[in-house]
Amino acid sequence: MTVFYVLMVFMIIGAIVAVETKNMLSAVIAVGAVGVGASVIFLFLRAPDIAITQVIVEVLSLIILIRVTIRADNYAIERRQDNFANIVGLVFVGLFLVFAFWAYKGLPEFGNPLMRVSSSYLREGTRETGAANIVASVILDYRAYDTLGEAIVLFTSILGAFVILRPKGRKHTSEKDKGSFGIIEDKEIKGSR
Amino acid sequence: MYILCTVLFVIGIYSIIAKRHIVKKIIGMVIIEYSVNLFLILVGYKAGGIAPILAKGQDVAEFASKGVDPLPQALVLTSIVIGLGTLALMAALAIRLYEKYNTFDMSEINRLRG
Repeated sequence: MTVFYVLMVFMIIGAIVAVETKNMLSAVIAVGAVGVGASVIFLFLRAPDIAITQVIVEVLSLIILIRVTIRADNYAIERRQDNFANIVGLVFVGLFLVFAFWAYKGLPEFGNPLMRVSSSYLREGTRETGAANIVASVILDYRAYDTLGEAIVLFTSILGAFVILRPKGRKHTSEKDKGSFGIIEDKEIKGSR
Repeated sequence: MYILCTVLFVIGIYSIIAKRHIVKKIIGMVIIEYSVNLFLILVGYKAGGIAPILAKGQDVAEFASKGVDPLPQALVLTSIVIGLGTLALMAALAIRLYEKYNTFDMSEINRLRG
């Protein structure tokens, strides 16, 4: 039980560091630490499938985020403090915590899930689908349409990313492309600053 | 436990609202995603439970009474992967904005537009 609290506090500290640090690269790496902490906590919560997926996704998202930050000025722009946004953010945060505390009274206590539907999955899953891993039997058999929808969403988002990132269309070939797909020359980096 | 998870969520919200750097906003989004996934798994946890994987020769009745909730795990598995897709989309937008305006500062971009 204590291991959960330790890991949660670790994740919260990582998140605060990620939000408040000035250097963007260290912020991104702190997010990576938060994700790895999440995967360890999933392991302790008896969810090995989620833990494996979380590690893989974490590595990929870290690569994507580093790809965003690596070419730019690495430091946060904090010349003028935006007081209004800070105050609005803090007020919203306080309200959210109060309402969340109120809402959690309606939830079943930690460690006693409801499991009305899923107890029958656990009982019948192996007999009905032939899979020893009940999570796999849920995503690939009972809720297979959800997984299909997930694949569609993933495909659409990757397609969108490619459309956004592609070099300029045929109309503007005369303009100089600034290496939209990654490596740009040294002098171009200097020029863009 | 739930409250600590909500604190994580709230840090992400604060990062989205109050920070001006666009990468910080993306980071806030990612933190929110982690906290929501974690919350769903926490709701499905059973104290002293076992992973929902049937071992060889294990009694099914005992397994059904001790296993943790497999349903949130399956759906969170979906949501984690979708999170990667949305992160890629957001990162692409950020790179595009940087190419166009040469800055990551959101208020600066607002000022430059039009």
